Amino acid sequence: MAYFQMSRLALKWVFAKPVTSRYPFEPRQAIAGSRGRLVFTRDTCVYCTVCAKKCPTGALVVNRAQKRWTIDRLLCITCGYCVEACPKESLELTTDHGSPTVTKDREFC
Amino acid sequence: MPALRDWGMPALVTLPMSRTIIPFGPQHPVLPEPVHLDLVVEDEKVIEARPSIGFVHRGLEKLVEKKDYVEFVYIAERICGICSFIPGPTYCQAIEALMNIPVPPRAHYLRTVWGELSRIHSHLLWLGLMADAVGFESLFMHSWRVREKVLNIIEATTGGRVIFGSCKIGGVRRDIGADAIRQMLADLKKIEQDTRDITRVFLDDSSVKDRLCGVGVLSRQDAYELGCVGPMLRASGVAQDMRQLGYAAFKDLDFEPITRTEGDSYARCAARCQEIFQSIDLIRQALGKIPDGEIAVKVTGNPNGEFMARTEQPRGEVAYCIKANGTKNLQRFRVRTPTFANLPAMLKLLPGCDLADVPVLVLTIDPCISCTER
Repeated sequence: MAYFQMSRLALKWVFAKPVTSRYPFEPRQAIAGSRGRLVFTRDTCVYCTVCAKKCPTGALVVNRAQKRWTIDRLLCITCGYCVEACPKESLELTTDHGSPTVTKDREFC
Repeated sequence: MPALRDWGMPALVTLPMSRTIIPFGPQHPVLPEPVHLDLVVEDEKVIEARPSIGFVHRGLEKLVEKKDYVEFVYIAERICGICSFIPGPTYCQAIEALMNIPVPPRAHYLRTVWGELSRIHSHLLWLGLMADAVGFESLFMHSWRVREKVLNIIEATTGGRVIFGSCKIGGVRRDIGADAIRQMLADLKKIEQDTRDITRVFLDDSSVKDRLCGVGVLSRQDAYELGCVGPMLRASGVAQDMRQLGYAAFKDLDFEPITRTEGDSYARCAARCQEIFQSIDLIRQALGKIPDGEIAVKVTGNPNGEFMARTEQPRGEVAYCIKANGTKNLQRFRVRTPTFANLPAMLKLLPGCDLADVPVLVLTIDPCISCTER
């Protein structure tokens, strides 16, 4: 049985830089390849509704007649299924997670 | 303390040993899982433990009747929040077996790599919780510091931190490039060194050993008869590991199940510590042998028939039984989770232990009540 095993580990970290960052003063660095916020590009969208049909949680609702694309951010699980299905590449997942949602209403685009 | 009769005086009052029931959970400082135990204690000794679960039932098995079998991968991944990757491939494995889908070899290897990364982060999380249960806060922080590095690798390669979302029926959704493999191997080297530093404290430090050695001894016979799985079973000396079945890429990798003979809490902790290094070794082997080629095949048609898939989660063997009837919705989906198999052993260990050891004993089975209740 050994004593002071933790002291050795603690001493190693006494003079090291903190591992944690001073969030929110220091914003988190986004990791490349991360699935963050779903971004919609209106210009290329043809309102085919494929994304809404593929969405496993029903977060996307697309109205072809009114040319309206809506998302419920609280339902979106950022799985990226819609991004893979979109024929016009109008959808994209950014690496940062964006600002928190402040409303329960759907976001109209 | 000397009794009255030691001074020649008769004992005036003899107090009977009273029994008290102490509720433990579902909200408890050392146990984030919502399990409730009514502990019948006599003095400081636990006489009986009466469990009750059912606080986080979500009805995920029933959802299979409403969701498309392709979409259900997302739900299968959400059965467990810690070993979140392995349920996905297990479900896909069952569907692929029913539909005779030839999964590309590269997809098998990628599933293996992510599955082992998931095991590393789950075991590091458990080590942190165990350090917290024995009152070692700084060790808890160090365990989770290392776990964070594993989560960063997972996020960079799959896109998710805890819910990977990278497995689909017929293969995987993302590939890992040559640069990412090199980066992963470099990061794994650092993680291995950091893990070695913290496991040395868990396995050698006197204060941790005082809390774990000889606490909750489960004999080999009892572990086998009570149907234990995973590190709980292996720590009692039974070399059973579902990865030996050779699913995914495990048939091409060289490994032996890690077993201990003591069967106490220390053995269970040591088995998990050694499994972290085993998983790092398995990832290195898999990345060294990973073949080039496709990562997924197109899936058409609907499944029909019954199949049971068995894989090794960080907590032990998990069994997924699916029944399909040729439509896009499955007829039945049933999960036997490892914690469900380990709960009887926990209830056997608790009677006779000290009240202070209850959190340690509950944690040594690595309970995941959320996936047990689904």
